[in-house]
Amino acid sequence: MTTEPNNTIVYDHILVRYGELSTKGKNKKDFIKRLLTNVKNALCEFKGLTYERTHDRLYILLNGENAEAVADVLQHVFGISSFSFAIRIPSDIDKIIETGFTVAKNSTATTFKIETRRSDKHFPMISDEINRAVAGEILRNTALKVNVKQPDLRIQIEIHEQFTYVMTGRIPGAGGYPVGVGGKAVVMLSGGIDSPIAAYLTMKRGVALECIHYASPPYTSARAQEKVIELARLISRYQGRIRVHIVPFTELQLAIYQNCDESYAITIMRRMMYRIAERIAQDCHALAIVNGESIGQVASQTLESMGVINEVTKMPVIRPVATMDKIEIINLARKIETYETSILPFEDCCTIFTPKNPVTKPTLEKAQKMESRFSFTELLEQCVKNTTHIDVYPKTGEQDDQDLF
Amino acid sequence: MIYFDYASTAPLNPDVLDTYTRLLPKLYANADSLHAPGREAQRLMEKSRAQIAQLLSVRGDEVIFTSCASEANSTAIKGFALANRHRGNHLITTKAEHSSVAAAFAQLEQEFGFRVSYIPVTTQGIVDTETLYKALTKDTILVSLMYVNNETGAINPIEEVSAYVHEHSRAVVHVDCVQALGKLKLPLSMLDMATFSAHKIYGLKGSAFFYKKRNIKLLPLINGGQQEQGIRGGTSNTPANIVLAKTLRLALENQDEHYAYVKKLHAQLCTELSTLNDVHINSNEQCIPHIVNVSFLNVGSEIMLNALDERGFCVSAQSTCSSRSRAYSHVLAEMGLGDHIATHAIRISLSHMTTSEEINQLIQALKEINHDYRT
Repeated sequence: MTTEPNNTIVYDHILVRYGELSTKGKNKKDFIKRLLTNVKNALCEFKGLTYERTHDRLYILLNGENAEAVADVLQHVFGISSFSFAIRIPSDIDKIIETGFTVAKNSTATTFKIETRRSDKHFPMISDEINRAVAGEILRNTALKVNVKQPDLRIQIEIHEQFTYVMTGRIPGAGGYPVGVGGKAVVMLSGGIDSPIAAYLTMKRGVALECIHYASPPYTSARAQEKVIELARLISRYQGRIRVHIVPFTELQLAIYQNCDESYAITIMRRMMYRIAERIAQDCHALAIVNGESIGQVASQTLESMGVINEVTKMPVIRPVATMDKIEIINLARKIETYETSILPFEDCCTIFTPKNPVTKPTLEKAQKMESRFSFTELLEQCVKNTTHIDVYPKTGEQDDQDLF
Repeated sequence: MIYFDYASTAPLNPDVLDTYTRLLPKLYANADSLHAPGREAQRLMEKSRAQIAQLLSVRGDEVIFTSCASEANSTAIKGFALANRHRGNHLITTKAEHSSVAAAFAQLEQEFGFRVSYIPVTTQGIVDTETLYKALTKDTILVSLMYVNNETGAINPIEEVSAYVHEHSRAVVHVDCVQALGKLKLPLSMLDMATFSAHKIYGLKGSAFFYKKRNIKLLPLINGGQQEQGIRGGTSNTPANIVLAKTLRLALENQDEHYAYVKKLHAQLCTELSTLNDVHINSNEQCIPHIVNVSFLNVGSEIMLNALDERGFCVSAQSTCSSRSRAYSHVLAEMGLGDHIATHAIRISLSHMTTSEEINQLIQALKEINHDYRT
């Protein structure tokens, strides 16, 4: 089962090491449960997989599924510190030596190290004895040499009561907490570079997200909306599925430009957006509003502006990229592959009607005075009432065009 | 009709035809239009580009669609030379290139004042690497050579050449891979530009593409809008570009299997040919098995071609793209095989669609012609 007749290695398991969970005392059980659910959801297309959960490890039995393809998906699941491809064998010293040797023989490395972890203390040999037994076999029969500091090949052996896992390599996981253990929030997704990063960082801390997008057709195009959906798809990989609320913002936005000073238009617009976000958050039981504001990046993101804009809601507003430089944000966007989509040049509702001289130090009195000039509550109600939503999944749903390719 | 001219062009794969005919009436919107059908056209075309890139292990923005391989060669060679003139004025190519490459260099030399070194080929039909390496100067900006020769099937050592050129000069390497696609492994990561055609791999005519590393700047030959990164203007040939992904996938999926089969046919053909009188096989063991270039010493190329045509066999006398000129193979002449062989050669090209029985029939016909029309 573990080695084919020609002695090539077939990994039949993936061993998953939990992330920061160990620090979390009583909540640990919930965390592990949530992680398992998230992993299962993320890997749902691999029908053959089965799972085994223990207090410190999650084992994914591949049952013939492609290990590399599973790993690609697994790398996007938060709450995993690392994982390894593993071979499961009976906890028998002869079998352990044989498998360790086969792994070494099939490698192109020139130096190696054996790292044994003996969870089952009843096993008759201690870790160091096992290390020596396996290494001895490899040293006698191959040209490989031992290097304990920087080995090319690290063979890890984990001995449990019934089974032993033999692994090489360690693939880093996405880290963080399993999405969902930290409750839910809404993120204002504009289509720019910053908001997907804000969403990513929030999800990383275990918070599940729903997205809010403000659309101003016909001033914003359908392409702009498709771009936002594509961004949502890219970040949905971290939580399995993501809901995008699309707010029809045109009427309210036009009213703002008719009734307010041009320099305050963006300030008032952001206040309206926060109000709508709060309402949607309440409807979907979200506990906070997340956005991609970065201090000083634009006029509406100075501390003065943030104060005036934030005044409309008591809900916590999380700004994960507030203190990051643009270049740091861009690097992260490249890493999670949202950058190329974010820079596609379509108008969003923040870039149309851009005032020539937006105010950088707005005052609350002025903002409130301008808002009193028109009855925005009615328009705001309409926005919330007419909001539609789309559920976005990591895989593009357009399977119907697959036969074209 | 029995077809032995697959190196000129190949019949359309029925799967590709089916997809194309489904797309053609439906997907007429301009891929650069902002409306929904336009966006759909764009989406599918970009999906195709992404799949082509994935199949060749390159990036999506390194794949540029063109109308034919000649256009791709012209764009890569002239586009590069003209956009990078400030870096140097010297170009290198070989004496056995396809006419689209040879003519592009000739134009750069005669009309634009570039200095071009034309490297000879050996008796095996491959580039004389020593001479090529010696020709490299500080001023050299481009080295262009083909992977597989279209007349003889000779395989150039492109990996070796590319590695040497990159190590010893600032020049970029362009490789015409038209005859290699679907037959040989392509070391694209080692190359800077490479040209491909759809119709040689059972795809559509009027459809081709080239690979170009991201950092390479080209001067567009066809000026137009934003299509193909501004390198190749003109409304996108969306349906053709979309089915190119499928064409390539089908060709690569069965590459090994087809290669092994054609190798068998090739062995059969060569064994039979060597039993005939006054025959010289110009392709050798190192050539790809798909092309057999052979000279009947007593029957001229044109006579052989006409006689075969009369009997329903399709072969070429030389590169099909220069077939209107006198039947004289400049490639064979460059190999030093002499004028007689160069004027008495035909090119038989094989495919996975060729059968063993067809080869028997061809041999029979060649025997008769060789006997009846000897001069």
